[in-house]
Amino acid sequence: MSEDTFDKAHAAPGQAGPGKVKIDRVSGTPTTGHEWDGIEELNTPLPRWWVWTFWITAIWGLAYMVAYPAWPTLSGGTQGLFAWSSRTQIADEVADLQKTRGPVLDKIKDAPLDKIESDPELLAAARMVGKVAFATNCASCHGAGGQGAKGYANLNDDDWIWGGKLADVKQTIEHGVRWEADKATHATAMPAFGRDGLLTPEQISLIADHVRTYAETPDSDAPTPAGEKLYADNCASCHGVDGKGNAEMGAPALFDRVWLYGSDKPAIVARIVNGGGAVMPSWKDKLDDTTIKALTVYVHSLGGGQ
Amino acid sequence: MSSAETHDTLLDEPIVEAAHKIYPKKVDGHFRRIKWGIQFATLAIYYFLPFVRWPRGADAPSQAVLVDFPHRRFYFFFIEIWPQEVYYITGLLILAALTLFLMNAVAGRIWCGYMCPQTVWTDFFMTTERWIEGDARDRMKLDNGPWTAEKIRKKISKHVVWLLIAWWTGGAWVLYFADAPTLVYNLATFQPGVGEAYLWIGILTFTTYIFAGWMREKLCLHACPWPRIQAALTDEYALNVTYRYDRGEPRMSLKQATAARAAHEPSGDCVDCGQCVAVCPTGVDIRKGSQLGCIQCGLCIDACDAIMEKIHRPERLIGYDTEMNVKRRECGETSIYKPFRVRTIFYAVLILGIGGFMSAALATRGDTHVTVQHDRNPLTVRLKDGGVRNGYTLRIANKKSEARRFAISVSGLSGAQTEVVGVAPDATGKVLIEVGPDQTREARVLVSTRGAGEKKGQAPVVFATTDAGSGAAVEAKDVFIWP
Repeated sequence: MSEDTFDKAHAAPGQAGPGKVKIDRVSGTPTTGHEWDGIEELNTPLPRWWVWTFWITAIWGLAYMVAYPAWPTLSGGTQGLFAWSSRTQIADEVADLQKTRGPVLDKIKDAPLDKIESDPELLAAARMVGKVAFATNCASCHGAGGQGAKGYANLNDDDWIWGGKLADVKQTIEHGVRWEADKATHATAMPAFGRDGLLTPEQISLIADHVRTYAETPDSDAPTPAGEKLYADNCASCHGVDGKGNAEMGAPALFDRVWLYGSDKPAIVARIVNGGGAVMPSWKDKLDDTTIKALTVYVHSLGGGQ
Repeated sequence: MSSAETHDTLLDEPIVEAAHKIYPKKVDGHFRRIKWGIQFATLAIYYFLPFVRWPRGADAPSQAVLVDFPHRRFYFFFIEIWPQEVYYITGLLILAALTLFLMNAVAGRIWCGYMCPQTVWTDFFMTTERWIEGDARDRMKLDNGPWTAEKIRKKISKHVVWLLIAWWTGGAWVLYFADAPTLVYNLATFQPGVGEAYLWIGILTFTTYIFAGWMREKLCLHACPWPRIQAALTDEYALNVTYRYDRGEPRMSLKQATAARAAHEPSGDCVDCGQCVAVCPTGVDIRKGSQLGCIQCGLCIDACDAIMEKIHRPERLIGYDTEMNVKRRECGETSIYKPFRVRTIFYAVLILGIGGFMSAALATRGDTHVTVQHDRNPLTVRLKDGGVRNGYTLRIANKKSEARRFAISVSGLSGAQTEVVGVAPDATGKVLIEVGPDQTREARVLVSTRGAGEKKGQAPVVFATTDAGSGAAVEAKDVFIWP
């Protein structure tokens, strides 16, 4: 680097001629001409592309405020040129979805239940729609996979309190169980044998021993002829002499390995003492017919459907 | 003053060179012709491949190369890839990386110089620029001159042509994702439902125009990772574009060189004409040695050869060579060229091995794919008679272009009953599921044991799916779980 440039680069601000750009000799960058104790300020302006991007985004932002809802006013807010709102967008998206699903949903609506189950396309669609409806409406009681819980029926097994045929399942979903607001609901309930004094505690204990014949764990006394007779007199009219139950009355099968409230003696005694039964809402007013049909097929296809 | 003077002696040049616009000059020659050939071939493939037809029957698209997102298929001539087979794409990427390594070991960054899309399109854009605005000198003059009507006309036509090329580049891209002739018709006649295609064309028009028109070598110098990676992959035997300073130095004019040669004094062939710098698309001076900016395109070789021919000196003062050889020749030793060495052979063997393995896997892949998934909730169900039932989701993929029927059977569990929801067994008791051509079907399979034969834990079960036509069986394994 020549003496000349060196002097030029280190000249005081005032000494640079007008319009002359000084170049910093170390970095090769022009300087602003400002200097403090020999330290000079490099002139590295923002890249042009950056400045352009900045202005374009600024203009975009202003245009956005005009085009879309942006400013609050005393009684609401500016609506924007396109009158866009997230609510109408959702409504549009739902409408689009229904348009896409429409053809197959119409088929489900028109087809009889057994035809839905035997048609691969309709079965797949019904199971998909039913699964979502189940997760939203049914899973809180019956469990995510319909596995049930104490007092809430397992929908995967082959033990059906109110019947496991497609029509029975649909009837139960539509009208619920012991749901007073629905006249067509399954209304029958078990008498409270203990609370209402229909049977003595000793008699109830004997019946429980008899019912537990089929339980997995023998944690109580062996069944007796007295218990069998008491069962025949008080229980068999609904639950059957053979303990097979009666779906018409919602009387569960007793002589099997599926227990809604548990198979230990205290649980059975509690049932006989208190009677009554579980409650399930009616869904016919909350869900449309197509969804109920899809739900029916889904529940039926879980495994236990008859 | 002392510190400033110290700096002065240490730094002859700025640490960072200020960016400046480069005006690569037109050049003809051996490597330029190779570049033309590759450019023509790659662009032709890119722009016209979507229109190549490949009949596949009524149920499948007849486009040779198609990425069918709505139906989750990728078609490449006779190959059809399902999403489950995406590992073939992974394999291709591995092959591509290894090929790049091999190319690099043989001749440095020739990918950058000849095949990289950034290079190909930049070259394409430079060609049109030259066609409209003239060669380097004219363009420099035009840029530095005042805004005359001619300048405005030239600038506008250049950018319009650039945008048209960029637009057709974006347009060709979307054709790989839908039936090309149909999409062209729909786009041209503004049919509904192709808005997304317009958006992608817009995005790619923009990136092509910016990258190939405005950014050019800036992308290679500042944005691309490959120049950095390749520094770790090159070695002393890789042929790079090299200024043979053993021949070129000391630089002097032709007259001086002739006189020096006559007097048997040291003389170089480089006449310092600067043509190698003038034609360089990234604006580097190759005489400074191997550097980040050099994309190995060889255009400086063509430029230098033309000068050497004029001054009647041997060609290839710049050529594909190694620094090691230059040093050896300086010491009077012979050059060493080793295209076959452990490194290149290793890459070649890997490429052949992986390529062979992939081809074999592709050639022998099955046309039925079966997966089975056990119900997660509930895992197991107690039945009335004390038996136990497990639910499974069986998914059968029929990769043939015809509908097929599969018999489902479960083994591994004595006395178990199998039923498929919605499918009644036929007269012989077989459960047959029909799966459409090139489709998958899901079936809910329930396996139950009967009676209170108490068992604990779990047992393995095998789901056999037998093609009712050919009798070929595909198995899938799972477990049966007791409460």
